[in-house]
Amino acid sequence: MRKVALTVAIAVLVFAVFFVRLHRVTRVSGRPAAAKTAPVAPAAPQILLSDLTGNSFNTSSYQGKVVLVNFWAAWCTPCAAEIPQFVAMQEKYRQQGLQILGVSMDDADDVLRKFYREYKMNYPVVAGDQKIADAYGGVLGLPTTFVIGRDGRVEDKIVGSTDFQKLEQEVAALLGVAAR
Amino acid sequence: MKLKASSTLVKPLSLLVIVLAAVVFVSGQKPAPATDELQPGGANVIQPEELVKIMQSSSGQKPVVLYVGPPVFYMQAHIRGAANVGPAARPEGLEKLRARVAKLAKNQLVVIYCGCCPWTHCPNIHPAYQELRKMGFSNVRALYLETSFGTNWADKGYPVEKGE
Repeated sequence: MRKVALTVAIAVLVFAVFFVRLHRVTRVSGRPAAAKTAPVAPAAPQILLSDLTGNSFNTSSYQGKVVLVNFWAAWCTPCAAEIPQFVAMQEKYRQQGLQILGVSMDDADDVLRKFYREYKMNYPVVAGDQKIADAYGGVLGLPTTFVIGRDGRVEDKIVGSTDFQKLEQEVAALLGVAAR
Repeated sequence: MKLKASSTLVKPLSLLVIVLAAVVFVSGQKPAPATDELQPGGANVIQPEELVKIMQSSSGQKPVVLYVGPPVFYMQAHIRGAANVGPAARPEGLEKLRARVAKLAKNQLVVIYCGCCPWTHCPNIHPAYQELRKMGFSNVRALYLETSFGTNWADKGYPVEKGE
C-alpha cells in the first residue's frame, strides 16, 4: 500500500512540474512592435528589377503613381501577416493609381513562389538583395515599407508592423481620394 | 481481495501516468522558445546601451559578439567586430554557430543578436541562445532589439561597420 501511495505521489509531482513549466511558457506573450517612422530619403531610387515571372521593369515606370515598397520575407511572421492587407489595398486602390512592390529578403526561391501563390499576391514581388536595400538607404529589419508619392519622392518609411488604418489614410491622401 | 485488485491496478496506471507526463513534458519543451529566459530586462538579455558601454570599456571581459540573422542585413550594417554566423533558425546556421564557438571557454561572455524583425517574432535569437546553453556556455546574453537592428542600434548612432 505504501508503494502505491509513493507511486501516486511521484505521478502528482511529475504533473505539478509539467504544469508549472507549461504555465511559464504560455504566460509569455509577444507584444507586437509598434509601427515606427524614420527620416526618409528625398527621392525614391530608380532601379531595374526582375519579378518572379522573369519580367524586367524599372521602378521609374511607376512615376505618377503612389507606390508602396514593402520589404518583407515569408519567414518573418509579422511580414507574412501583413500581406493579405497589402493585397486588399492593392485591389482597392489600383484604379486610383496605387502600385505596391514587394521585395522579399532572404527567402528561398521555392518558398517565395509558393507563398506568392498561396497568398494570391496581386502585385510584383522581386527577390531582394543588398544592392536593392542600399538603393533605398538601407533596410535593417523587417517589415519595412516605403511610401512614395506620385512625384517619386519618399514620403514615409515605416519600420516594424504597419498600422494599416494610418497607412490607408496616408495613401488615400497621396492619391487624392477619400479613404474608403 | 477487492483492495488487492485495486492496488494492482493503481500501480501500473500510476506508472503509465508518469511515463505519459514525462513524454508530454519533454515533447512540450521542444517547440517552446526560450522566451521565458529571454524576457526584456532579464539577466540573459542585454540592452543596447549596456553593450556599448561594455564594448567601450577598457576593463572587464570583452564579449564575443555573434550575429545570428540573415547575411543580407549583416552586409548592410553590423555591430563593429561582430562575427556573421548566419540565421540560427536554419540547421546550417546552427552548425556555423557551433563551429564559431567551439574553441571558446565556456564562461566566455557571448552576446548574440539578430534584429531582422521585431524581437517577439525573431526566428533566430531563441535557437541560437538555446544551442549555446546546450553546449554549456554559462554567460550568454541576447541583445534586445525591440523593433530591428536599424531602429534600435544603427539609428541610435551606436558603432557599426559594413560588409563582411
